[in-house]
Amino acid sequence: MAIEVRIPTILRQYTGGAKTVEGKGGTLDELFSDLDTRHPGLRERLVDGNGLRKFVNVYLNDEDVRFLGGLETKVADGDNVTILPAVAGG
Amino acid sequence: MRFDSLLDSLGRTPLVGLPRLSPSPEVRLWAKLEDRNPTGSVKDRPALWMIAKAEKEGRLSPGCTILEPTSGNTGISLAMVAKLRGYRMVCVMPENTSAERRQLLEMWGARIIFSPAAGGSNEAVRVAKRLAEENPDWVMLYQYGNEANAQAHYETTGPEILEDLPTVTHFVAGLGTTGTLMGVGRYLREHRPDVKIVAAEPRYGELVYGLRNLDEGFVPELYDESVLTTRYSVGSADALRRTRELLEQEGIFAGISTGSALHAALGVAAKAVKAGERADIVFVVADGGWKYLSTGAYSGTLEEAEERLEGQLWA
Repeated sequence: MAIEVRIPTILRQYTGGAKTVEGKGGTLDELFSDLDTRHPGLRERLVDGNGLRKFVNVYLNDEDVRFLGGLETKVADGDNVTILPAVAGG
Repeated sequence: MRFDSLLDSLGRTPLVGLPRLSPSPEVRLWAKLEDRNPTGSVKDRPALWMIAKAEKEGRLSPGCTILEPTSGNTGISLAMVAKLRGYRMVCVMPENTSAERRQLLEMWGARIIFSPAAGGSNEAVRVAKRLAEENPDWVMLYQYGNEANAQAHYETTGPEILEDLPTVTHFVAGLGTTGTLMGVGRYLREHRPDVKIVAAEPRYGELVYGLRNLDEGFVPELYDESVLTTRYSVGSADALRRTRELLEQEGIFAGISTGSALHAALGVAAKAVKAGERADIVFVVADGGWKYLSTGAYSGTLEEAEERLEGQLWA
């Protein structure tokens, strides 16, 4: 078992075109670092010095991680993580 | 109920209980029927407020042209008000929106400028900002950053909910401009500090997220994260399934974004049941299903409907 991470079209250049990748870690931060070892450059597109980048939304089992604990959000095997760019509605 | 004009009849929409979808007598769901507004959507409230504010500030006078980026409902509401007040209306709308929205906009006299499907409303915002520069005499009300959008809900939707349901514990609505959540959220929290404000954000097919790079993402200027308790991303499959459940179980024929709000509301309800807590959960029925009939959302299997909706802006 691992954590499944859904990658948006715009970031698939880092995953060799893969729509989903798998990783491990106890927190979102650790998960992103783990992914970066196999998909170099990915982490830097998601995170800057202040945490998640402004136009990046990350959801743990469909819930926005900004309301859970940000990069320190606990993750576990079997969880689903979805990364999406912020877009307008209305 | 008698009103002097159509615009005077705006708001004061019914709040109806959902006896079949509510999990228990202690955990109840309530639908705020915003389709019962003059043009059939929640957007009539911010449209009237934004135009009234611009008139008060002297930015709008009869004969003026209003410009707005919109995936549909806001444009329809603005076009209706504009027609009654003597303004011209130009909407910038993504081309991947339903046929009914176009027909309705044209019916109320709006001119439509289409923006490319890829990039969704982000692209419409970009095109509208460019047009505003090219046409300095046009007035862009800009629903994403106009305080009157949230203010309409602070002054009307919020008070209506609290008056009808003083025991409200949760408010759930779709996240687009964020105006509904910001306005209702602030009002309810002032009067019920423990209230939970929950956003249901539509998750579309991949085409809609086809930005050129991440720096071109978009967060509405109105958005204040601190107003929300949490935020869920709801995919089209869940939204469609719930839209149909609402029709089958409770008889409410709603648009697809309502399905995503209901999905989040049911999730919140399940958590309350599990925690053994009482809950009165209000969610917004942003519009009726009429405008989405041509998308095939209500016929065939869910899988077929989901496939037909791929690449469409359904909220």
